[in-house]
Amino acid sequence: MRKTPLPTALPAANRLAWLVLCLGLLSVLTLLSLTLGAKSISLAIVADSLFGPGQHPDAIIITEGRLPRTLLGLLAGAALGLSGAIIQALTRNPLADPGILGVNAGASFAVVLGAGVFGITSAAGYLAFAFVGALATTLLVYLVGAYGTARLEPMRFVLAGVAISAVMMGFASSITLLNPWAFDRVRFWSAGSLDVRDLDLVLQVAPALLLGIVIALLLARPLNVLGMGEDLAVSLGSRPRLIHATAVLAITLLCGASTAIAGPIGFVGLMIPHIARWMVGTDQRWIMACTLLLAPVLLLASDIIGRLLVPGELRVSIVTAFVGAPVLIWLARRAQLSGSRT
Amino acid sequence: MTPARLSLAQPVPDEATPYHTEPATVRLRGQHLRLGYGDRVICPQLDVRIPDGSFTVIVGPNGCGKSTLLRSLCRLITPQAGQVYLDGKQIRDYPARTVAQQLGLLPQSATAPDGISVLDLVSRGRYPHQSLLRQWSPQDEIAVQTAMQATGVADLAGRAVDELSGGQRQRVWVAMALAQETPLLLLDEPTTYLDIAHQIELLELFRHLNRHNGRTLIAVLHDLNHACRYATHLIAMREGRIVAEGAPGKVVTADMVQQVFGLPCLVMADPVSHTPMVIPRGKVHMA
Repeated sequence: MRKTPLPTALPAANRLAWLVLCLGLLSVLTLLSLTLGAKSISLAIVADSLFGPGQHPDAIIITEGRLPRTLLGLLAGAALGLSGAIIQALTRNPLADPGILGVNAGASFAVVLGAGVFGITSAAGYLAFAFVGALATTLLVYLVGAYGTARLEPMRFVLAGVAISAVMMGFASSITLLNPWAFDRVRFWSAGSLDVRDLDLVLQVAPALLLGIVIALLLARPLNVLGMGEDLAVSLGSRPRLIHATAVLAITLLCGASTAIAGPIGFVGLMIPHIARWMVGTDQRWIMACTLLLAPVLLLASDIIGRLLVPGELRVSIVTAFVGAPVLIWLARRAQLSGSRT
Repeated sequence: MTPARLSLAQPVPDEATPYHTEPATVRLRGQHLRLGYGDRVICPQLDVRIPDGSFTVIVGPNGCGKSTLLRSLCRLITPQAGQVYLDGKQIRDYPARTVAQQLGLLPQSATAPDGISVLDLVSRGRYPHQSLLRQWSPQDEIAVQTAMQATGVADLAGRAVDELSGGQRQRVWVAMALAQETPLLLLDEPTTYLDIAHQIELLELFRHLNRHNGRTLIAVLHDLNHACRYATHLIAMREGRIVAEGAPGKVVTADMVQQVFGLPCLVMADPVSHTPMVIPRGKVHMA
């Protein structure tokens, strides 16, 4: 980006090196995700079933099983990571998680409502309910958080998100307690998984996810300016309210769509932007680029570990939690509370 | 203090001075401004004109509305009534970026992102001159280098901002504001929290920018003697009103200081700069 022989020339080269490394990791994990599983399938057969005639008996495992889940891993990973990067930049809190805007709680509540009250059973039905639930909840949180203030206070959004999430979760629990059938339907959804077994479902959410990713990348520059405080952001010619609203829209699209299809998956949005900052520094453009590549790496790796670890498959949200919790504790211990300097 | 009591105590100085007939042109002015937050009105009615090419300094006691006035001039608060004009057009009618190319601000509340380097921070001042498709140009490079040299932080380019001393850090922020390359620059208490040497160093820098780069500077300062020494145009405020305005040599008198700050004092000529120098009488020495 910068072409002069200045003291930052070296860090810029470092940043590029990290980005290339992330890209390499992503390529490797994409291939592993297609080949590894209950039955390992050679790359030749994978290539044949994706691009060739696909005569091999294992081709169906690839096209029906591993292709959708790998594609979902890539998209949902990027989505969760980027939404985490946005919320951390917006609240200037390196430990913020996209879930604080109520996306997960809203989606869960809507799914419980769909299963328990409207008797929804199809995956497509859950998808629609979860997405609308996520959308409606974030909108509510945004309105409550933004209502009646001249200045934008990220803390108000966080508090509104926490409060509304708690209410949603309460409703969801009471429905599932009273309705064991709904509980049975929902409990699998609420342990997030990439194993969707249906390429069409992935393609249904793909536009929302891709749109969210584009918006997130466009937000990088304005978020850089907002990071220096609202006063300076205004005097540099940005519009904080517009940035805020756009950011909430992006988080809703990204988090809402990925939660709708894969269920709630934690830690990716919290951890990856943090690691990205450690690698490439404070420029949101680099953080976003790095997160975009690195978050799917974590999700795909967790998914593969889950496939290989136990015969019945450990769900990806559980693996990310196992991987994420120690990393989070480590981060919390080394960072002073404000310390995104890690 | 009500206006009536004010005029009983002192004739309001300079209120009738036709400063706007001076040759200086005025790009930035506020007309019939009522400023405040919600029900709390801080400036009930205010007209202000910033002479082009001046180093205008706003002084006044705490809570007199000087920061509020500054914030209204750069769109950080919307006037409850009245308008701020830039080049004869209401400032709120311009696109945000267009204003940002003309009017810069060094706020009190700027926060450096953790771990950011000096060069990266100064570079962010170029935001209003860039777009998604034109992210970094040779002109940006020149502006950033010039700003860092003018503020003496070029040697610190690769250092992390949060490792610097208070004085260095403030100079980096000034460099960022300079890199924005705006003809008008607003400074909200730029010398607060700096020791006396760094304060003077910074004020000398501002004077240099004002005289040699032709920038119009508008600063809020606490120290009246600094204001007298460096300002070319002084605005003294009390209780949301402008009570005196003009060149410090003309408007700063013992009466004026008494009226604005309620402080008994002597005003003498500064032996170095020959500008007015305010010496508080204090209570102990009066006996």
